[in-house]
Amino acid sequence: MTELKSIIKVFSAIPLLNKVVHEQKNPFFVVDLPPEAASQIMDRTFLVRSLFEYWAEGHTKEELYDNLRKLSKDFIAPFLKHDKTFRVKIEAYNKTLTPDQKLEKIQSLPQDVLDFQGKANLKWPDNSFHLFEYYGPAGSTPYEEPSVIYFGRFLKDGQRDKIQQYHLQKRHFIGNTSMDAGLSLIMANMGKVKHGDLVYDPFVGSGSLLVACAHFGAYVAGSDIDYTIVHGVGKSSRHKNKKRSSDESIHTNLKQYNLQHHYIDILLADSSKHNMLRTGVQFDAIITDPPYGIREPSKKIAGTRDKNNTLDVKTNYSLSESFLDLLNFAAKFLKLGGCLVYWLPIYRPDYTEDNIPQHPSLKLVGNCEQTLTTLIARRLIVMEKCSTCQGDVGEKGAIVVEDHYKNNFRDRYFQVGLPQTQYNGEEQINSKDTEDDT
Amino acid sequence: MKLITHNMLTSNIIKGVTKGFPLKIVAPTDKVQIVEVDFNPEFTSRMMHKLDYDALYTAAETLGHSEGLPKEVVPDFETNEEFLKKVHHVLMQIEVQEGELVCPETGRAFPIHNGIPNMLLKEDEV
Repeated sequence: MTELKSIIKVFSAIPLLNKVVHEQKNPFFVVDLPPEAASQIMDRTFLVRSLFEYWAEGHTKEELYDNLRKLSKDFIAPFLKHDKTFRVKIEAYNKTLTPDQKLEKIQSLPQDVLDFQGKANLKWPDNSFHLFEYYGPAGSTPYEEPSVIYFGRFLKDGQRDKIQQYHLQKRHFIGNTSMDAGLSLIMANMGKVKHGDLVYDPFVGSGSLLVACAHFGAYVAGSDIDYTIVHGVGKSSRHKNKKRSSDESIHTNLKQYNLQHHYIDILLADSSKHNMLRTGVQFDAIITDPPYGIREPSKKIAGTRDKNNTLDVKTNYSLSESFLDLLNFAAKFLKLGGCLVYWLPIYRPDYTEDNIPQHPSLKLVGNCEQTLTTLIARRLIVMEKCSTCQGDVGEKGAIVVEDHYKNNFRDRYFQVGLPQTQYNGEEQINSKDTEDDT
Repeated sequence: MKLITHNMLTSNIIKGVTKGFPLKIVAPTDKVQIVEVDFNPEFTSRMMHKLDYDALYTAAETLGHSEGLPKEVVPDFETNEEFLKKVHHVLMQIEVQEGELVCPETGRAFPIHNGIPNMLLKEDEV
């Protein structure tokens, strides 16, 4: 839903969704959208699987058939013409239907209403009609009977296929923690990144987030404190290779997708040093994945002497501090309405909403969990700049009500937890959603 | 490093420095390249609102690539495509591959290598 709402804001001409009724774990929801808007949304979304024209629904099949009968003849007529091919497909969510059951359900649809004069074409019909039955949340015991049934006509698919196009397997230059293509594109959507935007990633690594933003037409820049990743040298992150080839860089990554015209610059820099950028610099979006202190250590430059009196130039940066810094950076350098999108790692047993860092100039608009194990997850946080900050409040206004990283996060990460893709009670960032349109 | 980036950078990260903008660019002529970048008038026009134009002009002049670029912003810059094209060239098409960015207050040089400025400080500068 967060991705959908962000996409809608990109196309500000679209009237806001009126009262979308969305039951948390139900992958189907009905929206009221003008057709052009619906098309624009489907051209950007990665999380919405498909869009259908809403015809009818029912809690029982009788109710569905009744509602189908109530549809106006004029509305249905164009699809029944003898020169229009059709097919009817049935999909059961959280249940497997046998071919016989499927056939039976399709055949019991009211023939007087769905009186197709044209031929059936299972592969490439002019119109594809779909019957959806919802048998409960995925992973739970399927209901005896579906709790809701929808009938609609297929309009458009979302952009899941684009994810293959940008897959990291084929990416020229990757790092140990490069963000996967699907998530990068979703983050760009959450950040409302659009053509002509100026986007910055202060923990840029191998630039996977910048590639996603450039895909939407943004001009991209970033910084990282690590010399080897910024210059694309040293040990390769790929299993087979020992050393990186000489042309591994963020620029070549963009060139791979013909996006090199959107490359601005990469800096070797410490992102905690906000004064590096002049006051007045403004970004349209800041999309980033800060180090969690696990595979890549969190570092910043500071002077501290260890017991041998040698200077530890790069000091460990407490996780809490790094997120507060990020918020202060975003509050200072985002345009009004611009978004900060970042991942916040959490230890699930301790997590509360108070753990999410806050800033007076930034409004929390998205908080989606990606569960990794029973114990560890990360949350995709989306914040929108809602007011300009003045002086100190801006520079240092970030706070966290309840510090999540009091106990060493890295140690907790390595505790044994069971891998999980489902979690009761929350909208999963990996969920497949389908959408109906009136 | 492109001049659009140079226009954002300061050396105020150094302890005690408050007037670290703009940084002076020192680069051998053969290490400054011209690349071709698609012209996007909306983007260039938007950037014009956020730029320090004087710093941009001086930087272009230092590198010897300011011909044709007016010293001052023209009043109709938002729609003047000819002007925007010249700004685009200077902002996006000039790349410094090797050189230095020098702090105007302390003279401290930040190296540029492979087109990437190194803004990391030493311990005693923080």
